[in-house]
Amino acid sequence: MNITHFFLENREQIVELTLEHLWLVGISTLFAVLIGIPLGILSAHRPLWNKPVLGTANIIQTIPSLALFGFLLPVPWLGDRADRLAILALTLYSLLPVIRNTYTGIRGVDPAVLEAGRGMGLTGRQLLLQVELPLALSVILSGIRVAVVVSVGLATIAAAIGAGGLGEFIFRGLAMVNNQLILAGAIPAAILALSADFGLGWLEKRLRPR
Amino acid sequence: MVREETARHDMETNPPTEPVIEFRDVAYVLPNRQPLLSGLNLQVQRGETLVLLGRSGSGKTTTLKLINRLLTPSGGEVRVNGIPTSDSDVIKLRRSIGYVIQEVGLFPHFTVERNIGLVPRIGGWTTERIHRRVEELLQLVGLEANLASRYPHQLSGGQRQRVGVARALAADPAILLMDEPFGALDALTRDQLQREFLSLQQGLNKTVVFVTHDLREALRLGSRIALMDAGRLVTVLPPSEFVRSSDSLAAAYVQAFEGGLDSVSNRGAS
Repeated sequence: MNITHFFLENREQIVELTLEHLWLVGISTLFAVLIGIPLGILSAHRPLWNKPVLGTANIIQTIPSLALFGFLLPVPWLGDRADRLAILALTLYSLLPVIRNTYTGIRGVDPAVLEAGRGMGLTGRQLLLQVELPLALSVILSGIRVAVVVSVGLATIAAAIGAGGLGEFIFRGLAMVNNQLILAGAIPAAILALSADFGLGWLEKRLRPR
Repeated sequence: MVREETARHDMETNPPTEPVIEFRDVAYVLPNRQPLLSGLNLQVQRGETLVLLGRSGSGKTTTLKLINRLLTPSGGEVRVNGIPTSDSDVIKLRRSIGYVIQEVGLFPHFTVERNIGLVPRIGGWTTERIHRRVEELLQLVGLEANLASRYPHQLSGGQRQRVGVARALAADPAILLMDEPFGALDALTRDQLQREFLSLQQGLNKTVVFVTHDLREALRLGSRIALMDAGRLVTVLPPSEFVRSSDSLAAAYVQAFEGGLDSVSNRGAS
């Protein structure tokens, strides 16, 4: 049986697991953005917060992914369902690039622009929403892009704790020494990662301030 | 002389001449306790252009930023229109004061029109009114109306600074603070903008505080020159008296300035 044949025969399951994979990555990226951008803004505006926030995110990043999934297993409520666990772990991993790029993007805004804005009587909120965030947007987006691409890869490991996604094929294939199964997981995952990279990269370029 | 007469004339027509800006024994100390300003007493009258002249680090910019409360005095008080700035709403205070800096600080992601119209827009003006105001201001600062849709990076240095001035004037503030606005421009553009500033100021009659380290600019634009050195105010004099001042620092400035001219004529002669 060649690989195209295999793909056609199992297309329903491939589509299903791809969608599961997308769900894991999508929802965890959303959480990472919702938590990471405010934390990035906070550390850019309050130097005191900078080290603890970025330091913590950094440390999380160094925990091997399989170990992190394992650590989280005994946590009540979370441990009940594997997908919750996977989403939490992926969110934690995605935080660092989002926080760091938000921080870098905001710190990179020309001080003269900020001084002029402040001198004109913009409130802190107006300055943030109308000046800092729009100018930092492309840098923040590039952090999100890194987070998504890394998550697509990491999410395959989530199958190890039964959270589903394309990793299912890969683990099954490894266990059965079946290359076609491995590829059925790896190829769609690679396509997902590449298209996310390309799509977000394109958006990032469009939003880059002149 | 003419300037002094106009000033006297103003005083007669507006009897209670409360200074528009007043420094009362103001000090400013950095968080690391390094003093930048001390014992500053200074009054700026309505409609005058007060030039703060001094070397880098003399405290000119600090003095300027104390007016719109980008900095808060460590001692004494600054009053704007008779009200201590510490008592006023800082956002309202800043919106009532135009602010122009050397780096201009135009918002790079906004068109010229949006840059100029930002404060009016926040102030709730209608789009139509903002549009008319922008057109009017572009004309006032000598820019073509078709520049309105450009982005700052598409403008020359001189054009950017003109937009900066237009932006500061947008909501028609009575006070204008200018921190070496023409310092980064080439000599010819600077000369042109200084000339335009003078004619603009004649029409608008704003109260202007202007920071520069250039005596020539100070003599040309100022109704009075406040000379600063090492965080202290040395003297405040109208230009005509400044050039004859016996104060050693003022004299040094004048001498350096004249020295520059002399050396040119000497070179021409030899």
